[in-house]
Amino acid sequence: MNLPGTHYRLRIESRSNLPAWVGAVSAIIGVFLALVVGGFMLRAAGATDPIGTYIEIFKEGFGTPADWAAGLHALFTGTDCPKGMQCFGPFSDTLVKASPIMLTGLACVIAFRMKLWNIGADGQMFLGAWAATAVAVFLLPKTTPRPVMLAAMAVAGILAGMAYGVIPGFLKARLNINEIVTTLMLNYVAYLWVEYFVVVGPWSLGDFESTGRFPTSATWPRLTDYVKQIPVAAGLTAHPGIFLGIAAALLLTWILYRSRWGYEIRVIGNNPKAARYAGIDVARNIILVMGLSGALAGLAGMNEVAAQRELNGRFQQGLGFTGVIVAWLARLNPIAAIFVAILFGALLVGTQLIQPQGISSMLQGVILFVVVGTELLFHYQIKLEKAESTAPSAAEASHD
Amino acid sequence: MTNSALIALAATILFDAFVSGTPLLLATVGEIVSERAGVMNLGIEGMMLVGAMGGFAVWFHTGNLFFGLLIGMIFGGLLALLHGCITIALRADQVVSGLAVTFLGTGLSSILGAPYVGKRVPVPLNITVPLLKHVELQQVLLVIFGLVFALLVWYYVNRTRPGLNLRSVGEYPSAADSLGLNIQRIRFTYVVFGGLMSGLGGAVMSLITDPGWVDGKTSGLGWIAIGLVIFANWDPVRGMVVSYFFGLLRRLPLDLQNPALPLISTANNPSVGRFMDMLPYLATIFVLILGSREALRKRLGAPAALGVPYVRGEHS
Amino acid sequence: MAESADAFEMRGIVQRFPGVLANDHVDFAGRVGEVHALLGENGAGKSTLMNVLAGLYHPEAGEILIHGQHVVLRSPQDAIANGIGMIHQHFMLVPNQTVAENTVLGLNRPRFFLNLRKIEEQVQALGEQYGLSVNPRAKIWELSVGEQQRVEVLKMLFRGAKVLIMDEPTAVLTPQEVEGLFVTLRDMTKRGHTIVFISHKLDEVVAIADRVTVLRRGKVTAASVSARGVTKAQLANLMVGREVIFKVDKKKAKPGDVVLEVNRLCCDNDRGLPALREVSFQVQAGEILGLAGVAGNGQRELAEVLTGLRCTTSGTMNFNGTLLNRHTHWLELGQQLAHVPEDRAAVGSVQALSVAENLILKRFNRPPISKGWSINSIAVKQNAVKLVKEYNIATPTVETHVGMLSGGNLQKVILAREISGHPKLMIAVHPTRGLDVGATEAVHKLLVEQRDSGTALLLISEDLDELMSLSDRLVVIYEGRIVGEMPAEGADIRRIGLMMAGTKAES
Repeated sequence: MNLPGTHYRLRIESRSNLPAWVGAVSAIIGVFLALVVGGFMLRAAGATDPIGTYIEIFKEGFGTPADWAAGLHALFTGTDCPKGMQCFGPFSDTLVKASPIMLTGLACVIAFRMKLWNIGADGQMFLGAWAATAVAVFLLPKTTPRPVMLAAMAVAGILAGMAYGVIPGFLKARLNINEIVTTLMLNYVAYLWVEYFVVVGPWSLGDFESTGRFPTSATWPRLTDYVKQIPVAAGLTAHPGIFLGIAAALLLTWILYRSRWGYEIRVIGNNPKAARYAGIDVARNIILVMGLSGALAGLAGMNEVAAQRELNGRFQQGLGFTGVIVAWLARLNPIAAIFVAILFGALLVGTQLIQPQGISSMLQGVILFVVVGTELLFHYQIKLEKAESTAPSAAEASHD
Repeated sequence: MTNSALIALAATILFDAFVSGTPLLLATVGEIVSERAGVMNLGIEGMMLVGAMGGFAVWFHTGNLFFGLLIGMIFGGLLALLHGCITIALRADQVVSGLAVTFLGTGLSSILGAPYVGKRVPVPLNITVPLLKHVELQQVLLVIFGLVFALLVWYYVNRTRPGLNLRSVGEYPSAADSLGLNIQRIRFTYVVFGGLMSGLGGAVMSLITDPGWVDGKTSGLGWIAIGLVIFANWDPVRGMVVSYFFGLLRRLPLDLQNPALPLISTANNPSVGRFMDMLPYLATIFVLILGSREALRKRLGAPAALGVPYVRGEHS
Repeated sequence: MAESADAFEMRGIVQRFPGVLANDHVDFAGRVGEVHALLGENGAGKSTLMNVLAGLYHPEAGEILIHGQHVVLRSPQDAIANGIGMIHQHFMLVPNQTVAENTVLGLNRPRFFLNLRKIEEQVQALGEQYGLSVNPRAKIWELSVGEQQRVEVLKMLFRGAKVLIMDEPTAVLTPQEVEGLFVTLRDMTKRGHTIVFISHKLDEVVAIADRVTVLRRGKVTAASVSARGVTKAQLANLMVGREVIFKVDKKKAKPGDVVLEVNRLCCDNDRGLPALREVSFQVQAGEILGLAGVAGNGQRELAEVLTGLRCTTSGTMNFNGTLLNRHTHWLELGQQLAHVPEDRAAVGSVQALSVAENLILKRFNRPPISKGWSINSIAVKQNAVKLVKEYNIATPTVETHVGMLSGGNLQKVILAREISGHPKLMIAVHPTRGLDVGATEAVHKLLVEQRDSGTALLLISEDLDELMSLSDRLVVIYEGRIVGEMPAEGADIRRIGLMMAGTKAES
């Protein structure tokens, strides 16, 4: 664009030499900007003190430094959490919320790496939850030892999610059907499927839209179970599910950066033509990656039912979509996804009790928008140059 | 059931299908126009939601239905404007930006709409029509508007100069550019148009077809619209027809609540209800599969430049 | 002042691109009612010059006159307004719209309502008037290439173009369609139009042109010569010249067994028309077979067929005793059949990955790079460091993104990758395109080294000098057929030029 009145003009030119820190910095700036924008929106919605609201959210999500100090003290002296302090309470809740998001986020990471837009992580999660419940309540006897039961549930969740992911993958690989629409539609089918079983169908317990409590062997142990040994853990529902997420992140990191398969995935995601030139089978990889993505989301579902100890009609929808944002904010890096997931866990916990409701969804939207928008700004650099009367550089295409 | 009662039931179902399908029609045809120009906007669900909420809120405070519809429409358009800025001017990825619009729309409508949940609704103006007995005047007008709208859009796209420009921009922007058309401006115009229509579709839902506001009012209709655009093969009239069909699919579970229909009535058979609810979503996938074969056969398909930011001089 | 009989005149045009002077003070003019051919090889500057006239480029120096009046052409719209229309090699037609719609796109009238019936009638009438009949209701994709070209012409005529520039119009036509085109052009000149006919095909130039101007490396070597007063041999001479710029030192070839045997190969191009017609040749180990020909005569399709990126319609390819067909496991063949593709960035490399990662693109599935399921990152790095040193690739580190390398270095990466696999056969397509002198020399050296170590090389290039100096044997391709085969030593460049341009015998 020309600067009026001068012989100079601004040229916006794509930058190809992005240093690694740009990704992280732009994400952080994006979140910050989003909070600012969100603050204005909160104002408009009638919240009187947006900054106060943010502080509340942070406190609910992580706890104050005072809480942490008290908690650490209680931990090392083997005493209870002092009255009036929350100690590790908020952080524990955050970890609980973060664990499924971490897995759906990772599901999106691997799919997006190959430019496969898996928006169906939610549905895959629901199906994984359903399968895990089937195993827990109806297939294996109550007396199955806990590790075996949980392992079986995990396998069920993974398989169910994988199958549900392979369907749109297959449709894309063979018939070139847009995976965005198919995964979205399957989301709703999955919601209704679970609803059928739990609300009106064979699993529901009469008027309670629920399968009822799982046998103890089918549940995650909680920190609070160890209150005798660690008094400060009273009431903390944090469970080992978070390690599933971390393990998955490490696995994905290994796959992406160290394995042959990951190499293929990265090549296809960056340049399908070069992939074909190198002899890589693109169609097969579409199906495999969608399968893996679905499997991770399915595992998230198992994680949640094992944590909630039942499957009911209030099983949270939308965690798959949050996974999309987590993946994007993490710049499709599995390790970064761990931290972003914890951040979003805090966001979800922190906004639970805040009026108005829906604030978390709005903030998520604003964050995604701002990050997507500013991401591009970092990809370009603005150069000042002398305006020549040359025609657009386009014409250089036909140089003869 | 008597014959005349059966006929009356059939007529009611059909009319309800038209009514129920019109919001979908508005969003679908709007998105068809946007995609014909080359811009994909996945944020339909979000735009419909803000339209529904905004429209309802405005009606609630002013009592003016028309004004409510108008403002709802504009809310949708504003979100589309945001999407357009990011994807056209900044050349960001259209998929992710569209998803962001959805999140934003969902969240905003939820927050800002909270005070309006469960409040009183517009009073329908009942009129008597043969066969159907009592119908709402607003609904009749709505259906007529939808029909006329779709036909007008078809005419605009296929038989006018601006329509020709629109189509060429989405198909082969290099040709349009070489002949002096402003690609960015054209795309911007139509992506906003799509947003306006989605917003209107949402407002129509909360004010006419199913009055009232609840969180998540549109229950995924916006996503169905995206699939319908593909199945309609980007043609406005075909989009209209499939929208009505899906309106039928959505109404079926409700209309079949009639206890006089023993076998298929959902009242008698609540489990079936859930599977009936799945129909629209499964049907969308099914039609996409059908469509992919047809596309291969008839050389149909998406506008060639859909989703691709235009950069002068790049040959595919 | 008497009105000039020149419909247009270009004086002293200078057009520069980074690294190359495309037009070096070129004068060019067209008279009313003539066909003026602009002849030259690839890279001579013909299209550039005409892009200036069509308003796409702004020259550094020089002026343009239309009917004796100075004009400044800032855009294609300006050019059209002055009656100049250009029909490019790459048609600017919207495939799924009709002829009538394409013709009328972008015009100001009619403003809103398109009475398609009326426009179709107008287009029909115009077509009949000029003998360019096309069905105005047909969609572009339904038309043959020749018919599409007619639409482009009609489009320009509809807008009142008096000067029509056609860039390599016969490149995509069948012989019959070429006849038809010539009839049309003759007719148009009778009506007072001026045609500028850009081409490299001598036969056609001599057949259709009234006058000929020859460009070579940006300069005019023959200005507005009457087509009747000159022989094809003379034109070929002016086109390709006699000096060879790069003389590569190479020992005599010691050809061994036949590595690649291609027999009556046929395949289609993207449009469904035949691109290769019964192509047969052999390449032996330890020799460089150069494939000469102007771009667009089937070379790209040949390279794609030989590397599994395109299907054949008939004929066989035999590589080292194995038949290559759709069942071939290209990933397995891996490094035995090396391919240095035409498009470095879009096909030959993955821009967002590092140099090291690009260097293993063909061998990531094999030890020592692969170790079970994983990739041995130490081996990758060692491989990269070794190759970077060996091939003198200028890169800050081996982890640098390949997108940041210069064209020459990117080509070195690709060559390093392909060569280090000790291939039996290497297909190099336009390997030095866009590279500066230093990089070109380096690439040439590498290719000769390969040949000396026993690899069979198929070199596809538009640069005759390069082909002449590197190849041991030459074949010439024209319109999908091999039209000539000879040893490179002592080959007559004029004869090759004639073959490339479609004529076999001297005239």
